Amino acid sequence: MTVSPLHAWTDRLAALAPVLGAAEVPFRSQLTVRVSDPDAIAATGATLGIGFPSAACTFTSGTGRFGDVEVLWLGPDEFLVTASPGLQVTIEEVLRGSLGTARGSVVDTSAQRTTVVLQGPRSREVLAHGCSVDLHPSAAPVGTCVQTLLARTGIVLQVTGDDTVTILVRSSFAEYFAAWLTDACVEYLAVP
Amino acid sequence: MNLRTGTGGSIDRNTLLHFTFDGRAYTGHPGDTLASALLANGVHEIGSSVKLGRPRGVVAAGSEDSTSLVQVEAPFSEPMLLATTVELHDGLRARGLAGQGRLAAEPDPARYDAKHEHCDVLVVGAGPAGLVAALTAARSGARVVLVDEQNQAGGALLGVDEYLDDRPSAEWVADVVAELKSTPGVLVLERTTAFGMYQDGFVLALQKRTDHLGFAAPAGVARQRVWRIRTRQTVLATGAHERPVVFPDNDRPGIMLASSARTFLHRYGVLPGSRAVVFTTNDSAYCAAIDLAESGVDIALVVDARPEAPARLAAECAARGIEVRAGQVVTGTEGSGRVSAVHVGDTRIACDALLVSGGWNPVVSLFSQARGKLRYDAELGAFVPGGELSTVRVAGSATGELDLTACACQGRDAGLLAAAAAGFTSGGQVPLPASDSRCTARSGLVLWRVPGDDDASFVDLQRDSTVADVLRATGAGLRSLEHVKRYTTIGTAHDQGKTSGMIAAGIVAEALGVELAEQRPTTFRPPYTSVSFAALAGRDRGDLHDPVRVTAIHPWHVAHGALFEDVGQWKRPWYYPRAGEDLHTAVLRECRATRESVGMMDGSTLGKIDVQGRDAGKFLDMLYTNMMSTLKVGRIRYGVMCGVDGMVIDDGTVIRVGEERYLVTTTTGNAAKILDWMEEWLQTEWPHLDVHCTSVTEHWATIPLVGPRSRDVLAAVAPGLDVSNEAFEFMTWHDTEVAGVPARVCRISFSGELAYEINVTAWHGVAVWEALMAAGEPYGITPYGTETMHVLRAEKGYPIIGQETDATVTPQDLGMSWAVSKKKPDFIGKRSFARAENNRTDRKQLVGLLPADPGVLLPEGSQIVETDRLPEPPVRMLGHVTSSYPSAALGRTFALALVRSGHERIGETLYVPVEDSLVPVTVTESVLYDKEGARRDG
Repeated sequence: MTVSPLHAWTDRLAALAPVLGAAEVPFRSQLTVRVSDPDAIAATGATLGIGFPSAACTFTSGTGRFGDVEVLWLGPDEFLVTASPGLQVTIEEVLRGSLGTARGSVVDTSAQRTTVVLQGPRSREVLAHGCSVDLHPSAAPVGTCVQTLLARTGIVLQVTGDDTVTILVRSSFAEYFAAWLTDACVEYLAVP
Repeated sequence: MNLRTGTGGSIDRNTLLHFTFDGRAYTGHPGDTLASALLANGVHEIGSSVKLGRPRGVVAAGSEDSTSLVQVEAPFSEPMLLATTVELHDGLRARGLAGQGRLAAEPDPARYDAKHEHCDVLVVGAGPAGLVAALTAARSGARVVLVDEQNQAGGALLGVDEYLDDRPSAEWVADVVAELKSTPGVLVLERTTAFGMYQDGFVLALQKRTDHLGFAAPAGVARQRVWRIRTRQTVLATGAHERPVVFPDNDRPGIMLASSARTFLHRYGVLPGSRAVVFTTNDSAYCAAIDLAESGVDIALVVDARPEAPARLAAECAARGIEVRAGQVVTGTEGSGRVSAVHVGDTRIACDALLVSGGWNPVVSLFSQARGKLRYDAELGAFVPGGELSTVRVAGSATGELDLTACACQGRDAGLLAAAAAGFTSGGQVPLPASDSRCTARSGLVLWRVPGDDDASFVDLQRDSTVADVLRATGAGLRSLEHVKRYTTIGTAHDQGKTSGMIAAGIVAEALGVELAEQRPTTFRPPYTSVSFAALAGRDRGDLHDPVRVTAIHPWHVAHGALFEDVGQWKRPWYYPRAGEDLHTAVLRECRATRESVGMMDGSTLGKIDVQGRDAGKFLDMLYTNMMSTLKVGRIRYGVMCGVDGMVIDDGTVIRVGEERYLVTTTTGNAAKILDWMEEWLQTEWPHLDVHCTSVTEHWATIPLVGPRSRDVLAAVAPGLDVSNEAFEFMTWHDTEVAGVPARVCRISFSGELAYEINVTAWHGVAVWEALMAAGEPYGITPYGTETMHVLRAEKGYPIIGQETDATVTPQDLGMSWAVSKKKPDFIGKRSFARAENNRTDRKQLVGLLPADPGVLLPEGSQIVETDRLPEPPVRMLGHVTSSYPSAALGRTFALALVRSGHERIGETLYVPVEDSLVPVTVTESVLYDKEGARRDG
């Protein structure tokens, strides 16, 4: 039996619905990839069937041999590959194989963070109460991916749709994040 | 006395608001401030001064007021608010203050929050210049934020009855605001004070969102909000404050700035009194005199300090029967409480109001905070912005310009330039409004003070600081305005010297006989106006004050009655008391169960770092004092890390996962620090190394299974694993399945007992924990917390980083020379081990202490001395107790301690002062239990 970091928050997150669709998407496969050699990056992307993001603070997504996969830019030589649950062991092997002899590393970090999807026209606004990154659509279009702080926890923030933001938060901070988010919605729930 | 006019002002006369002040009931109207409502009711004495107890009234109409401090008592107790900035609401209860308020004793029930905002152009101030700037920038397509501290836009226009383009100025303002609010990408924030301006376009602003609603404020809506604005360009249209003139007895209630009296008239429909004297150094006060005269105030006299009165305005006064005396000054006042008469030379004029204008001070606080240079403008008698900043422009009267159309023109230019600098060049030209104002203000005489009784001539009314105080400061040899400010406290009150600072500078310059242009003004610092701590704290209070980090198994601990210990931000189970147990009995039980059978704990908080790459071994050899590259795949080694000073910073185990892959554990509290430490070395010193480090702390749930029966329990849940001592040696690891879940099991021990550390993906943490509990049931498996862990490891003399160590303890001090490689050519900290200081034999070293009385528990932190009687101070301290516990295994208390020359003192008796006695203790080796290590293999 598996238990996700926010399983106890399912109902409380769902109750934000008039303001925000908020739900944990647990157990996603997540692999931290460190690589800087352009050929290795290209090869790794080709293996996945999804090219790695070349621009800072963006992510790429597509469908390949592992289904829907996203590749998040986390730093100049750091990426996070995310996919459906249960694929992490296979993907780790495949990625390590495609790195070949290039400098780099692949680490299964699937349970390191959990995923929460926020949906609705208020998504960006609610996050603006704790996130100093400019989330205006002109500054953070779909495809944006930043590592930043939300209030007092680190997050990875992906703009996955016009009104959809995906948050990756460290498992130990997940309940703080959920509590913060719930509290951030108080005013919007009080005054619709 | 009713001083409310019959018509006019932006108040709702049809609605009555009830409020009390100093216990008496009054009424006012929506649109009033507490100050305007009090003045309308004839209440001119608001409080009294902080040192001298002299009566204090209302000097100005806005946030620059120096005197009208009140304590609001309802809806919620708040100290030190200005009556001029408290919007009136029904049920408001307030009290005047004698200079100081008191904080509420009960928690503030209101919600406060914060919001981040980003824009291309931030405009501060919604007066004519700010409005035109904002509109110009908005029309260019830039993202614009306009903040203004008032409840409605207009700035100085709110206090006058001017017509713009032949219609009331309010209509022009309303049109501009309407266009701004309907323009996408424009945010207009009313009741919002930009109070701090920092580097890189970062501006903090406080919005008062529901204060004005009083008891009707909706629950759940943040009362105040701190806006954290990041802007590319800023236009400061912060306006100007009227400056008083200092003269003897200038502090009586009823003595008010002339423009503020005009504001009370036009904005609130309130007269300053029935008979007023006007004292001015410039033209602007004439408008106040004329407007008030037309509203029914008897203007007894206009005293103009200039040699000649302005002909046209003097004629207008004459037409209204107002006497003007030029070349004269107010030399004193009378009144018990409110002013009752004014002295002009030998003449005594009875009146109940004295309206003063000494010119205008541009509001340069934010510009100065942004590191803008200020320049003294001798004509204006004020410091003005002395040059542009690349991202900050100033427009309107904040530059010293006082003509309305010129101010608006500056606003348009600043708006255009700011938008263009942010990359927005399109957009229509905003037409400039033309005013019908009769006053041109820039014709003043700079006059700081009228000579007279210096002890009664107040410079800072809130601080009771006088001209005499300033002269005492200069007389004592102080020359810098900063020093005079601190000596006299002028400008240190709630108003931060908005009306007093410039005058103080002028008087200092006069006294020293220097030019003001040579003086550096005092530094402007945030906040521009007072901000409550509640607003700054926002939602970061209660449960959200500091994140609580929990492990995957945390819900089980809660459900099973664990008490928790804070370790950094983590909640760790401290102990699991059964009914009737205290810490002491629970821990003895947990220790005994673990040493005698089997116990387990949640070790998931340990930091875990995956280290990969061809040079991983080489890298770890540099980080740890001992050798890691020789570790064989499948094996585990304990290691110590030192800083460059050779002092221990962390310890933990290193397991070799593969030829090019290790997993490093760190202490709970140092996980992030050690990862940063590794990255720092990799990125700055050893970028050539092929190594990458990745935190996997939270990927794993980690469960130490400890005690002689742990092997049996593990065997039961890991049928595929050969748990025999031969197949699964100490300091090795195996990948297997535990309770049907892929797991990595390490045979390591932090207690000296046979022990395994079971690592599974965090999602499986609870399931595996419960499976172990079930499998251990026949053996009485006992969950234990950090306290028991501490006792078990202390019995074995294992140090805890941060408890046995501070930043002054070497591995050798801990008795861990065995963990310091003699073979490695270099590693971090190595060179320090050769220092003479590191090789002193009298360093503090880790030892055990056994109190002579086995029941005495030494308090942790106790000092250790050599003699059984305390000598005369100073007493030589030999060290201190780092850990101290009762031990079930030893059947007595024991302690660990850092003691000078500790290793040489083993066997000696030393003394520990505990309250009034000296407890004799025997120094022992730090390992007190199972010295031969017989229990390790079960």
